[in-house]
Amino acid sequence: MTVTDERTGAAAPVSTTPLLEVRDLHVEFHTRDGVARAVNGVDYSVNAGETLAVLGESGSGKSVTAQTIMGILDMPPGRITQGEILFHGQDMLTMSAEQRRKIRGRKIAMIFQDALSSLNPVLSVGYQLGEMFRVHQGMSRKQARAKSIELMDRVRIPAAKERIGDYPHQFSGGMRQRIMIAMALALEPELIIADEPTTALDVTVQAQVMDLLAELQREYNMGLILITHDLGVVADVADKIAVMYAGRIVETSPVHDIYARPAHPYTKGLLRSIPRLDQKGQELYAIKGLPPNLTRIPGGCAFHPRCPMAQDVCATDVPLLHPVGAERGSACHFWKETIGD
Amino acid sequence: MPETTDSQSSATAVADAPAVAAAAPGLRKEGEKARSLRSDAWHDLSRKPMFYISGLLILFLIVISIWPGLIASGNPLSCDLAKSQMGPTSGHPFGFDTQGCDVYTRTVYGARASVSVGIFSTLGVAVLGSLLGGLAGFFGGWWDAVLSRISDIFFGIPILLGGVVFLSVVKGGTVTTVSVFMVLLGWPQIARIARGAVITAKQQDYVQAARALGASNTRMLLRHIAPNALAPIIVVATIALGTYISLEATLSFLGVGLKPPAVSWGIDISQASSQIRNAPHMLLWPAGALSLTVLAFIMLGDAVRDALDPKLR
Amino acid sequence: MTEPLTREPASRKPILQVRNLVKHFPLTRGILFKKEIGAVKAVDGISFDLYAGETLGIVGESGCGKSTVAKLLMNLEQATSGEVFYKGEDITRLSGRALKAVRRNIQMVFQDPYTSLNPRMTVGDIIGEPFDIHPEVAPKGDRRARVRELLDVVGLNPEYINRYPHQFSGGQRQRIGIARGLALNPEIIICDEPVSALDVSVQAQVVNLMEKLQDEFGLSYVFIAHDLSIVRHISDRVGVMYLGRMAEIGTDTEIYEHPTHPYTQALLSAVPVPDPQARERRERIILTGDVPSPANPPSGCRFRTRCWKAEERCAQETPLLAVPSVFAGSDSPAAHESACHFAAEKDVVGSASVDAA
Ligand SMILES: Nc1ncnc2c1ncn2[C@@H]1O[C@H](COP(=O)(O)OP(=O)(O)OP(=O)(O)O)[C@@H](O)[C@H]1O
Ligand SMILES: Nc1ncnc2c1ncn2[C@@H]1O[C@H](COP(=O)(O)OP(=O)(O)OP(=O)(O)O)[C@@H](O)[C@H]1O
Ligand code: SF4
Ligand code: SF4
Ligand SMILES: [Mg+2]
Ligand SMILES: [Mg+2]
Repeated sequence: MTVTDERTGAAAPVSTTPLLEVRDLHVEFHTRDGVARAVNGVDYSVNAGETLAVLGESGSGKSVTAQTIMGILDMPPGRITQGEILFHGQDMLTMSAEQRRKIRGRKIAMIFQDALSSLNPVLSVGYQLGEMFRVHQGMSRKQARAKSIELMDRVRIPAAKERIGDYPHQFSGGMRQRIMIAMALALEPELIIADEPTTALDVTVQAQVMDLLAELQREYNMGLILITHDLGVVADVADKIAVMYAGRIVETSPVHDIYARPAHPYTKGLLRSIPRLDQKGQELYAIKGLPPNLTRIPGGCAFHPRCPMAQDVCATDVPLLHPVGAERGSACHFWKETIGD
Repeated sequence: MPETTDSQSSATAVADAPAVAAAAPGLRKEGEKARSLRSDAWHDLSRKPMFYISGLLILFLIVISIWPGLIASGNPLSCDLAKSQMGPTSGHPFGFDTQGCDVYTRTVYGARASVSVGIFSTLGVAVLGSLLGGLAGFFGGWWDAVLSRISDIFFGIPILLGGVVFLSVVKGGTVTTVSVFMVLLGWPQIARIARGAVITAKQQDYVQAARALGASNTRMLLRHIAPNALAPIIVVATIALGTYISLEATLSFLGVGLKPPAVSWGIDISQASSQIRNAPHMLLWPAGALSLTVLAFIMLGDAVRDALDPKLR
Repeated sequence: MTEPLTREPASRKPILQVRNLVKHFPLTRGILFKKEIGAVKAVDGISFDLYAGETLGIVGESGCGKSTVAKLLMNLEQATSGEVFYKGEDITRLSGRALKAVRRNIQMVFQDPYTSLNPRMTVGDIIGEPFDIHPEVAPKGDRRARVRELLDVVGLNPEYINRYPHQFSGGQRQRIGIARGLALNPEIIICDEPVSALDVSVQAQVVNLMEKLQDEFGLSYVFIAHDLSIVRHISDRVGVMYLGRMAEIGTDTEIYEHPTHPYTQALLSAVPVPDPQARERRERIILTGDVPSPANPPSGCRFRTRCWKAEERCAQETPLLAVPSVFAGSDSPAAHESACHFAAEKDVVGSASVDAA
């Protein structure tokens, strides 16, 4: 692709091209109340074998970004107004629908946040799992069934053989989530986008599922984008972290630096909100104020109405992603002060 | 513990609980109107050209079905064999059919039978089908088993054979008998769709949530299940409307549907189809009117379904 | 009529008493003539008390029957057997008007924020629905204002009143569900993973809100969650479920610092710690062995297929939920109810790190 060569430098060897790179992505929704700007310039990248954790306020555009990458955003009302999504250096947004379809599902798979509504309620779970093998790999009904049982076993659904004919509503929330995970893993993709894959799981199953993901990741050198609210899971598995607020990345960092020394006031507030033992019976710390109305995002730094460190400049100037050391970045005018105290 | 009988004080109590989050300024615009799915759907429809085009067309069809004399001055039954299969002449823009009747007048007068059969059959099928299917899906159990079997039986009857038998038994094809027949054989199609849609909707947590609030069965059906099951029914019903109008034509052709001297597009189409080489204009006009009618209803169904889907807003 | 199960001060009265609750979902074959070929024993004999003004946390493996218990408490599923006494009245037998009256006082927040809101209703209609069903709670003219207040209370912008659920993120939808649960000002709220979909800051807001409402109105909560640290923060007592049964129940300190049931110990050791440095240090108890199916649970102790301490006796005898005899009469916090023949304390590294976090 000529476009990408110009940007990354023509001499760049293939091996340094990230598996997936999102550049300056903007997505908006047209609603009766105005234009909701859900994603406002997201940049992130994942390499093969790497895990990127995307954190952020609920409603900050994590899922919308993921849906855009997968090409499953509802358009309308959604609209991609700007940006590129490079998979192996090729922009998926300018590809033909045919090319994109080949990537979707087979090379990039997604585990959805809403397990129940992503499964068809009138088809049995076994049928839906088997369909993937029949459609993509041309297996016979019988082979597909055997393969589905194997997958269900792999994500630790007890008595997979007996329950393969059951319908989604007959499984518990956590089991449905594991079925979704099984579907995503079925075709051994190069990249998995997992949107809160373990939210509905208890810690022991969560540990098993994360181990399973890690194992497959090593085995197939898979990239993983992990969207989650669980800072514990992030600390456990992520290589790097991107923190989102109001549709932008406000902080990026390798995993070990961020917990001890956050460089953005939002991240700092988030970390402070984790319940600690000595707070029993007291109020938990919570970032004050309401999440921004996306049809009217505050000017300057979008976080300024809620930021304890805000100064006048924050209301007028949009902070760029300042480099913090070699590998980190923070979109805050006062990152030095934030990291320092 | 708030006293349960004292609803007033407990009601205000929650309201007084300080908000966790500092309220943003200017939040209380009490004047702003409350919106619901119905008002939003209406708002949506009112700005869709497709809704106006199809709506006006259907209104026009209904008006001329009731008062065909408004736009056609002739008599559909006064024919002149001498003019058999003649092309358009002045005052007779669509030409004449085999019997020498004026095609324009017949097309206008034919609307009444065709449109009534279409509308009555569709309404009957939609009401009966969604009622039976919906109840079967909602209550399940033996209700469901029995209704499903009955609908299977009706589904299995070949429609033309059924039509010949039924209409010869009741002796005589009138708009009523033909419509009744269509409803009798047509309802299982809608019932199946309604049943599936209701079962899907019933399993959703929001129906459970309504139940947890103490909602009655009626409320759950009307407020929660029906609106979510309606879309597929509307689509199938509007497509079926076209089928019923053409089926009426086929039955006429077989001699068990409406019979001359009744005037309907179906009769005219079946008569014209044998003469398609000599006098294509005979087929063109009634068939064109039929297609336009079907199209108008499908467009209307589409517009209504879209308006009822908040995801497209 | 019922005996108190726990050693609570006599002054505290249970508001909800659950006795031997059982729910079996039949597994059937055939279309017209359904033949029962077994049953999923989702809940299989559970008893506990909920006291006025307290929060009872319930944790356990996914699929162990937590949501089913919640639905049984709400009478959304018909119990196979057992009783749920609310103020001395068995609500599993109620129907019609009496049930509707009880429902005003017991409300639920659902697990899945995507399916628990009707996609074709506006947020205003969803949160206003409780008032339509129980018109005595708020006069008609007031409802709109009440809905706005509720939105404000759960930290959502009241301007969103005319929006539809799909226009919200997962966490925002969950707050709509909480607002609906609060609308009738109930006495008991059953929360099925109410904060799982929220980010930690919003989660903190919601938990603070729930605690504040509890202090003000003496609300009682049953709080089901997977996040053990949040359960610990909010709960007065915690019950640990395994495969349709209660494995261990006690105060938060008893469960978190002195767990005596092997499953609780494994669960606590698996808690991920928000500290990347701890990645290597942590010692997790990895459970091996098959996860049994609730349709065909193991004999004796249900945990024995995965328990590292299992012996012959565990397969023969079902351990009862009681204070283990080794601790009987002792004052130690380990002396709480635990359904294990060989109940014993074990230092769980995970729980120690939770403290450090
Ligand atoms: N169809 C839509 N119409 C209007 N707004 C939308 C639509 N879909 C999403 N949004 C808005 O876009 C924003 C981003 O939503 P998104 O689902 O990406 O949040 P998220 O970061 O995944 O949050 P969570 O962690 O709660 O899942 C939200 O504020 C939401 O209200
Ligand atoms: N309607 C049903 N028909 C058959 N089996 C069911 C039904 N509902 C639940 N089950 C089964 O009952 C068991 C318990 O389910 P439940 O939803 O209570 O689990 P849970 O503890 O809430 O799990 P999670 O934490 O994953 O939400 C599961 O094995 C589930 O498959
Ligand atoms: S730029 Fe200003 S308002 Fe924004 S995060 Fe930094 S200090 Fe806060
Ligand atoms: S009773 Fe036996 S199998 Fe069960 S938890 Fe105790 S030691 Fe393990
Ligand atoms: Mg999301
Ligand atoms: Mg559950």
